[in-house]
Amino acid sequence: MALSTDDVRHVAKLARLALSDDEVEGLRSQLSDILAYAEQVSAAATGDVPPTSHAYPLANVFREDVPRPSLSPQEAISTAPEAEDGRFRVPKIVGAE
Amino acid sequence: MSELAGRSAAELAALLAGGEVSAREVTQAHLGRIRATDERVGAFLRVLDADALAHADDIDRRRAAGEALGPLAGVPLALKDILCTKGVETTCASKILETFRPPYDATVVRRLRDADVVVLGKTNMDEFAMGSSTENSAFQRTANPWDLGRVPGGSSGGSSAAVAAFQAPLAIGTDTGGSIRQPAAFCGVVGVKPTYGLVSRYGLIAFASSLDQVGPFARTVTDAALLLGAIAGHDPLDSTSIPEAAPDVVGGLERGVEGLRVGVVREFMAEGMDPGVRARVDEALSRLEKLGATLVDVSLPNAGYGIAAYYLIAPSEASSNLSRYDGVRYGLRVPGETTEEMMARTRDAGFGPEVKRRIMIGTYALSAGYYDAYYAQAQRVRTLIIRDFDQAYAQCDVLVGPTTPSTAFGFGDKTDDPLAMYLNDVYTVPSNLAGAPAMSLPVGLDEQGLPVGLQIMAPILGEAVMLRAARALEADLAFDPAPRGTNALEGVQA
Repeated sequence: MALSTDDVRHVAKLARLALSDDEVEGLRSQLSDILAYAEQVSAAATGDVPPTSHAYPLANVFREDVPRPSLSPQEAISTAPEAEDGRFRVPKIVGAE
Repeated sequence: MSELAGRSAAELAALLAGGEVSAREVTQAHLGRIRATDERVGAFLRVLDADALAHADDIDRRRAAGEALGPLAGVPLALKDILCTKGVETTCASKILETFRPPYDATVVRRLRDADVVVLGKTNMDEFAMGSSTENSAFQRTANPWDLGRVPGGSSGGSSAAVAAFQAPLAIGTDTGGSIRQPAAFCGVVGVKPTYGLVSRYGLIAFASSLDQVGPFARTVTDAALLLGAIAGHDPLDSTSIPEAAPDVVGGLERGVEGLRVGVVREFMAEGMDPGVRARVDEALSRLEKLGATLVDVSLPNAGYGIAAYYLIAPSEASSNLSRYDGVRYGLRVPGETTEEMMARTRDAGFGPEVKRRIMIGTYALSAGYYDAYYAQAQRVRTLIIRDFDQAYAQCDVLVGPTTPSTAFGFGDKTDDPLAMYLNDVYTVPSNLAGAPAMSLPVGLDEQGLPVGLQIMAPILGEAVMLRAARALEADLAFDPAPRGTNALEGVQA
């Protein structure tokens, strides 16, 4: 699986990583190698083998819907790089593109 | 009292319970050892002197007042910097979390506190637990106490080095693909990855959620079992936590291996292993046989696909988990004109090369058109590996093989070749994919004087039999965990 520079830039955009040109070039060859190695999974299992997402299967883990103590809004927001009026503050979103 | 740093957790617990030493003395001895050695080892990102001594004093006060305390009360521990500690920096060795002070404690941290285990500080690691040498830490390098020019393994390299350096008798690590067992093997200590779901992941900073598990490091099997007992058990705050009482892992430790069926994994013994590792593993197997165990030849035919499956599943889950580091709710923010630009700049500046690499692999593997070929296919291989283990355990009680293909390597030896670094995990990832317990036990030194680890694996919730086998072999081999050799850290002063 040889990736192109455009492939890498597309994936970086999906992953929200503002990679430098050097990083893009380095990742292009590294990802190609790693994915070429990983491709052996395609030969290992046929489509009739069910996939496993969790090794210890637990389904429908419920609890009673009762109020319990949790972080206060102040505590929850205490780690934010920027906050205002008890809310997370971010640069403009609308009209970004 | 510096010889206190040479003691096991069980010995310290007995001295503390008998009133022969105070928790303050034990804590001070270990803090002293850290001060004397950590400039060269680099195990700790942060030493919590004041908190540790205050906790120790509180324990001493309560003991003097006749309060009932837990079996590990007053015993010091080193905590991997991946578990949230309320109000105390929790960085995952990443610049993106350099100033993060969580508003809550992880369940494991709370359980340690309830058990009155004294947390000495937070240990170095590969950034976000991605790596096999601790060289991916954004902050510092950690040296192997057996040879200060070599890596301690990773990702829990700070925790394994702290225990090997006698800075703490106990440490907590996490294991997603071998991150407890591999550094334990490299540093000559005991490291246990429990059954997935046995130890709560609440407050554990997520890497690959279907694989991550918290577990103990110690210099003895008994100490590791005691620590596992203190942290295991159901937690309603973790929906993947096993909703049953944790098995007793301490009671049967001394029962020996008479009649135990030990499966030797053919594929792990076949190729790729250094001769020095093979010699010690072969020796350990023959000792197990002499102790009354029956060796059985077993096969895990799909284990060879483990690395390929792992390096699709783990990065895929990581790419999703690490999307939360967006410069909004916590951690680093690099300004940008728009929110999207701010996020992309923050993530480029905050993540190191290996983390970016894995986010990119995972994003690619999950992206439109590739999901079936990569992620879904890797999950099918996961099923095949689980079936292999099931068949093997129809013939035996535990499985054994090497923990790692080689002993500790030098700084920089594998940093230019990510794939070569990944292949370090060839023997450890199958147990993560199967969710089953596995551990590394030091079984001797190779011809360079570096520790060799034997991996012992067991079926899901088979910790008791796994640790019993390890304890029997440990008693027989009498491995001395004190680092020695021309470039080793000096021993504890008597």
